[in-house]
Amino acid sequence: MNEAAEAAAEQGLVALPGRQLPRARGFEANERWLRFAAPFIVLALWELIVRVHLLDQRFFPAPSMIVEDFIAYAQSGQLVSDTLTTLSRILIGFVIGAVPGTILGLVMGINKWFRAFLDPIVSILYPIPKIAILPLVLLIFGIGEASKYSLVAIGVFFLMVINTEAGVRQIENIYLDVARAYRIRPLSFYRRVLLPGALPNVFAGIKLSIGVGIILGVAAEFTAAKSGLGFTIWNGWQTLQVERMYVALVMVSLLGFVLTTILDEAEKLFIPWIRN
Amino acid sequence: MIRIQAQDVGKIYPTGTVALEHIELAIEDGEFVSVLGPSGCGKSTLLRIMASLDHATSGKLEIIGAGNSAKDALPFAVVFQEVSIYPWMKVRENIEFGFDSLSLPRSEVRRRVDQQLELVGLSKFADAYPHQLSGGMKQRVAVARAFAVDPPVLLMDEPFGALDEQTRVGLAGELMQIWERSRKTVVFVTHGIEEAVSLSDRVIVLSKSPGRIKEIIPIDFPRPRDPVALRGEPKFGEYVVKIWNLLR
Repeated sequence: MNEAAEAAAEQGLVALPGRQLPRARGFEANERWLRFAAPFIVLALWELIVRVHLLDQRFFPAPSMIVEDFIAYAQSGQLVSDTLTTLSRILIGFVIGAVPGTILGLVMGINKWFRAFLDPIVSILYPIPKIAILPLVLLIFGIGEASKYSLVAIGVFFLMVINTEAGVRQIENIYLDVARAYRIRPLSFYRRVLLPGALPNVFAGIKLSIGVGIILGVAAEFTAAKSGLGFTIWNGWQTLQVERMYVALVMVSLLGFVLTTILDEAEKLFIPWIRN
Repeated sequence: MIRIQAQDVGKIYPTGTVALEHIELAIEDGEFVSVLGPSGCGKSTLLRIMASLDHATSGKLEIIGAGNSAKDALPFAVVFQEVSIYPWMKVRENIEFGFDSLSLPRSEVRRRVDQQLELVGLSKFADAYPHQLSGGMKQRVAVARAFAVDPPVLLMDEPFGALDEQTRVGLAGELMQIWERSRKTVVFVTHGIEEAVSLSDRVIVLSKSPGRIKEIIPIDFPRPRDPVALRGEPKFGEYVVKIWNLLR
């Protein structure tokens, strides 16, 4: 610090940030409170608008009515069983798609021949809306569980291939040179160098995949299932059980929130070298 | 007995750039040889060819007698210029990585890793991740990884090039101490003239593009050496000036 700055400090000229600090902290506290309260405020407004008949409650039942149905749904045991059914379809489909997708992404990332052959094929197939192939999937796998697993798996597969390949390609050359110089065995090369090197991107792929897996799993249940949250939503429309439809929508949203939170924690656990 | 032999080695890149030309060289068992030259003279390329990470476009370069097929030792180990230890492995795992292709018992690997950790003064950091270490410590891990597999030949590509002068001279001293215990054959690529003189038995001076051998200078100091004390010797200055003039 030079003399002028020291003199300024003695005169209290640099104390300004200190004076601003309490106000900034107050804003932070208010902001946190607002974030927490926002959904409840919206719900309260919604309740109010329905009660004064500004909204048609056949389409927009009041939150209190939805909660009431939620309790009935939960007590019947259906809520838990539908949620678990959907969850297991998503997770099984995810594993079926993610494991080969990651392995293929690793190979494509490191082997230029594989890449030259498969890149165009992936580019052609990836943009097809996965929902659009549900009829084809039903045709091939029938309306049993296999069709639901397959649809989720197909969506997850492409995301994992693309993200893993990108992850491998951003690994610095020096790390590949070291592996060659120490004559690392092929399997160790994948397990100890390529996979961990690509892991940050693999995790980005997993997070995207879970989101897409939920969308596809629920959508597949609309027409091709007799259980699950997607079926409940669709059935709510067909039988005009609008409250039940909202309850199932809330459960889908909660499912996504819980899975994302778990993944965020898993990421910290599995990629400890990125943290600082 | 180890012998590194280059016969009329040349390297032309696909772009047409001539990196190396007419390299004739024989490095004997237990020698510490530095390769010195201006940047872009192909000295790293020469080392990469020795390490089979690149290939010569003409001539022949061989490491003779290193037992290529042995299952308990590698013919050579490489220490790179950049940070080459894996950020996703702890210090211990990074050193163990060198043993991947060897079939040694776990206990022997552990013993050697522990020994190297102690030699480079990183025993306390065995379970740390590289991002928790300083630049000098990271290069110590890379050196430990190379020595742990106990290869007859060590190829070092400006291993201390990215470090500050103090750390650099300190690590050179440590390298000398570790090297004295085993007297491996070392090829040490550097652009530091004083570093080359203080460490080497011979200094190979390359000319700038295309890289050719300009002169090979034997460095006549007794061993064991202290790279810092050596800098006070009148002969040290003479060697440095001689190399400066060659590089001009």
